[in-house]
Amino acid sequence: MAKISNQELVQKITSKFASRVSAFSEPHGLLTFETSREAIIDILTFLKNDLDFNFLTDITGIHYPEQELPIGVIYHLHSMRQGVRVRIKVFLEEQNPVIPTAFNLWKGADWMERETYDYFGIQFEGHPDLRRILNMDDMVAFPMRKEFPLEDPNRVDKKDFFFGR
Amino acid sequence: MSDIKLAEAPPGIEGSGFFATSFDKVVGLARANSLWPLPFATSCCGIEFMATMGAHYDLARFGSERPSFSPRQADMLLVMGTIAKKMAPVLRQVYIQMAEPRWVIAVGACATSGGIFDSYSVLQGIDEVIPVDVYVPGCPPRPEAILNGVLKLQDLVRNEPMRRRNTEEYKELLNKYGIQ
Repeated sequence: MAKISNQELVQKITSKFASRVSAFSEPHGLLTFETSREAIIDILTFLKNDLDFNFLTDITGIHYPEQELPIGVIYHLHSMRQGVRVRIKVFLEEQNPVIPTAFNLWKGADWMERETYDYFGIQFEGHPDLRRILNMDDMVAFPMRKEFPLEDPNRVDKKDFFFGR
Repeated sequence: MSDIKLAEAPPGIEGSGFFATSFDKVVGLARANSLWPLPFATSCCGIEFMATMGAHYDLARFGSERPSFSPRQADMLLVMGTIAKKMAPVLRQVYIQMAEPRWVIAVGACATSGGIFDSYSVLQGIDEVIPVDVYVPGCPPRPEAILNGVLKLQDLVRNEPMRRRNTEEYKELLNKYGIQ
């Protein structure tokens, strides 16, 4: 099978989803586009079943506090037979971000979504076991959100006092 | 003539056929020269400890011949490396499983204070969850520094009163950490 070009991919995706996808770009040759939470599962299903993107490389999150929709969920897909990758972004509101799970398409989405929930507090609707995976269970915050202080507040030896400030 | 160096006898009263000293000192001497270490190694300080245990630096010279990998038979818990907050209950459990008398050495900057990992996920020093007797600085400390820490602990052990573990102060210390 010949390697499918980004132009062909864009054409196939837009002809099927038209206005439900937007912001196509190719940073470093990696086809990237945005979609909405309503369309994401349809698009992932289409990419997996019809365009041969058989491998879910990663699901991760991002927080841009200055955006109108600040919380992002990012999917990386890989077509192993064609050697092509795509990146799909979905942006959500800050309060209680919810998105449907990709677990029914790839079992590997299980832990990726748990990690994304752990760090960004994104709720994956339909996930079989959505709980923290890396941080301790009694943590209350979502540490990769920008409002969360990265440094441990209990630490005293870095206080300005000790450095004559 | 063998050049094996024996531990010096504690001060006491000596005469023909007898030697009298206090029980504290004899017990202290025995304990200090046969500390069984339990290595709790999570990162690079653990690698330095492997060198410390090895033939060149040879911790066994100081009576710690047998590293114990069960907390039940260990006296000296050596915590070496970054302890994540998720790891803290495990460390605490290991400490609780050790029988009295027990001592703890925090080896390296991470175990002592969190080190460079001033972060939401890392325990800022193991003394937040268990009492510590000796802190060894360094990132990581050289084997000599770890040996020095063990020798410092031996001093503590040698001079520890027999009744210390039954005192109110000691119980209070453990209660502060929520350990009975």
